[in-house]
Amino acid sequence: MPDGGIGASNKRREDVRFLTGKGNYTDDINIHGQAHVHFLRSDIAHGKIKRLDTSDAEKMPGVLRIFTAADFEGVGGIPCGWQVTDRHGNPMQEPKHPVLAEGKVRYVGEMIAAVVAETPAQARDAAEAIVLDIEELPAVIDMKEAVKDGAPKVHDELESNLCYDWGFVEENREAVDEAIRGAHHVTTLELVNNRLVANPMEPRVAIGIYDQASGDHTLYTTSQNPHVIRLLMGAFVLGIPEHKLRVVSPDVGGGFGSKIFHYAEEAFCTFAAKAVGRPVKWTCSRSEAFISDAQGRDHVTKIELALDEEGHFLAIRTETYANMGAYLSTFAPSVPTWLHGTLMAGNYRTPLIYVNVKAVFTNTVPVDAYRGAGRPEASFQLERVIDKAAREMGIDPVELRRRNFITEFPYATPVAVEYDTGDYNATMDKLLEMADVAGFEKRLEESRKRGKLRGLGINCYIEACGIAPSNLVGQLGARAGLYESATVRVNATGGLVVMTGSHSHGQGHETAFPQVVADMIGIDPSMVEVVHGDTANTPMGMGTYGSRSLAVGGSAIVRATEKIIAKAKKIAAHLMEASEADIELKDGQFTVAGTDKSVAWGDVTLAAYVPHNYPLEDLEPGLEETAFYDPANFTYPAGAYACEVEVDPDTGKVEIVSFCAADDFGNIVNPMIVDGQVHGGLGQGIGQALLEHAVYDENGQLLTGSFMDYAMPRASDVPFYKVDHSCQTPCTHNPLGVKGCGEAGAIGSPPAVVNAVVDALQRAGHDVTHIDMPLSPSRVWAAMQQG
Amino acid sequence: MTKVSMTVNGKTVSGDVEGRTLLVEFLREGLGLTGTHVGCDTSQCGACVVHVDGKAVKSCTMFALEAEGAHVTTIEGMANPDGSLSALQQAFQDHHGLQCGFCTPGMIMSAAALLAENPRPSEAEIREYLEGNLCRCTGYHNIVKAIMAASGQDVSSIAAE
Repeated sequence: MPDGGIGASNKRREDVRFLTGKGNYTDDINIHGQAHVHFLRSDIAHGKIKRLDTSDAEKMPGVLRIFTAADFEGVGGIPCGWQVTDRHGNPMQEPKHPVLAEGKVRYVGEMIAAVVAETPAQARDAAEAIVLDIEELPAVIDMKEAVKDGAPKVHDELESNLCYDWGFVEENREAVDEAIRGAHHVTTLELVNNRLVANPMEPRVAIGIYDQASGDHTLYTTSQNPHVIRLLMGAFVLGIPEHKLRVVSPDVGGGFGSKIFHYAEEAFCTFAAKAVGRPVKWTCSRSEAFISDAQGRDHVTKIELALDEEGHFLAIRTETYANMGAYLSTFAPSVPTWLHGTLMAGNYRTPLIYVNVKAVFTNTVPVDAYRGAGRPEASFQLERVIDKAAREMGIDPVELRRRNFITEFPYATPVAVEYDTGDYNATMDKLLEMADVAGFEKRLEESRKRGKLRGLGINCYIEACGIAPSNLVGQLGARAGLYESATVRVNATGGLVVMTGSHSHGQGHETAFPQVVADMIGIDPSMVEVVHGDTANTPMGMGTYGSRSLAVGGSAIVRATEKIIAKAKKIAAHLMEASEADIELKDGQFTVAGTDKSVAWGDVTLAAYVPHNYPLEDLEPGLEETAFYDPANFTYPAGAYACEVEVDPDTGKVEIVSFCAADDFGNIVNPMIVDGQVHGGLGQGIGQALLEHAVYDENGQLLTGSFMDYAMPRASDVPFYKVDHSCQTPCTHNPLGVKGCGEAGAIGSPPAVVNAVVDALQRAGHDVTHIDMPLSPSRVWAAMQQG
Repeated sequence: MTKVSMTVNGKTVSGDVEGRTLLVEFLREGLGLTGTHVGCDTSQCGACVVHVDGKAVKSCTMFALEAEGAHVTTIEGMANPDGSLSALQQAFQDHHGLQCGFCTPGMIMSAAALLAENPRPSEAEIREYLEGNLCRCTGYHNIVKAIMAASGQDVSSIAAE
């Protein structure tokens, strides 16, 4: 199959290097003369450092230098990129986040000292020889305990462990209370959105390099957004101007949010390379990743849904405790607020909504965005409470949803966002067909004959993607713009290079982005190459997260390519001695309307660089354009998901026998890649629903600190998925009409799994209305025994 | 340091290693064969799977010295002699069986070992065999599909695209 433009399932060009072992991941890079660092991390969740003696360790073989907090005097803390304002108008509490612990440790895994040595083994050996005495203090782990009067404080200098108490929309608070008081029916649900570890398969790596002759710093790092790291680390931590700092993220082995953030290890390696005079490399072990990568979710929520006699939604009120961990990671404060509260309308007309979020410091690893980031938490509570309400009121869950669907667009929700397009009935219709809901009773009977309980869970989801309009997020507390950039460079012989600020760590940008450019010009995508991941050769861009790369980054590519085409038409007009207004571009040929004159794409590009016959008085030579695209709105992918489960009544073991996803992503550039993105999201969502849980004990020890204890989904835990994206309501405000697809699966699937298991248990006569994730056999079995 | 010799991807190689040097460290650091990846430190993830004397082995679970005299095949040795993708590798590309690519070398090595002992595995057999290989990107759908396709099975009816 030849490569095609927009809409073609081109095979991925990046695959060949990955399939043959020729990928270039950060740990594959070794710099001549490099030294290695090993971090001594706290094994105590909360304590005062009474003694830190490195003198014996410094004499160990191969040791070059040992660093402690004293070496970082005058160096800034790790910054937070988003300031949330609380319901009283006050800024959130924002503690300092030092590179190495200063006097106190606040979570298991916090870095206390760093040993730089000739080899990784020597650095590790020497770290074990450091004398460390920590006076243990009581740890605060449970969020509700942490905000009680008299609770031990994670940060002594703060008033309390409450980072902020956020109300949204605060002005609606009393009206919501009143609507709930007077409602015909109120369904209440208390639930936990379980804490997760992102666990991209590639652990983090950082290599700092310093060129003494030029004063230039380079950082190789496993990041989803090298420009953001350069800005945060350069400006706020180390005081290195951007033109003296290059950040490179080569092939990156998955991110899922956890590689968005600026981490202290990156700052350390950059700092230490200059201090030691050698490149300094750090490769994270998986055990370290569990106690140092920012984790995800960890909300405790009470949601109330008020309905009238016919089941129309009247009001929603929620109270959520959101774990921040011990320090504020880069985007942590925005996740339970602006990425969560704004989605509480879901796919439904609910006139009054009030969301209260209490963000809490605890003695645990920082918590930040993980695939979906705030939106899975919103969808989960909303779709669970709707299911519960349907059962309480005796209304079919699908019918109750349909009765409340938003059907007219644009639609301004009461939680500050405006959905541009959507058709929630269309995706629901498609889903019911895909899932053969009509045949469920028969399958239920077959399961019963085999002694299994069977259940069907259906739900919708909506998300806000294409993050984000800069002026809007600026008002909401973002300390960065969220545009994206592209430079399109056309070479003399007609090939193109697209330099994008987006970053690909599995999403297939190297394949999909050329489809867009090739489609616009009418050339083969093989003529277009994508460059990404290096601040030295890409324009300032914000990277990849929030399903934004095509919606925002792709739009920047479109804008830059439009500029290219506009200039190329001027050149073509000159070459054909025609009016610019009459020039048309199709299939890589410029023609003059109404004539048989034409010049090829390559003729024009050659003329741009060999301008012998060229309008030099009007036009500069060359063909290279840059565009920055700042979206006018978020995009709103939405859909309907169905999960069918079998539950073993003797053990509580849940098996997913079928999973269907009907998504509306707007227009699609590469359907194969979109399918893959949904599959991956479903795998993670099913993992959250059935298997995964980051568990801390009361002393702050992570009990699930390895793949032996933290249950990652494996091939045998999931089925073949049925996915469909034929329902398409294109986004109205970006030039591609795309909405984004990277997070949908992880957002829409957890409620479907839980709805299905509750359905199975209720059909078997159990009085079970909710089970908290993960739905492990023991939890499901226990629920069956109690009801 | 002790000298170790083995055959890797058909070539005789040797190097000096410590007793504690793992086979994966020797391959990556000693030989520069960085296609074999390290994704965990508890022998769970399978990113480091190689073949030692024809058997799939997690190279993080074996000391380099234990491979003395062995025939080792890594992902770098899996393409056809002319450099083109093998049928299994091609099936992974055709069916989008990889995204970030980090688990991929281990997946290919495990899948090749499976197909060597079971040339037409069922879906369930494939899922069972991949118990020791974690992927965080694909939800496993297209990996399982690619392996079925590589074994000559018709996958056109598997779930809507």
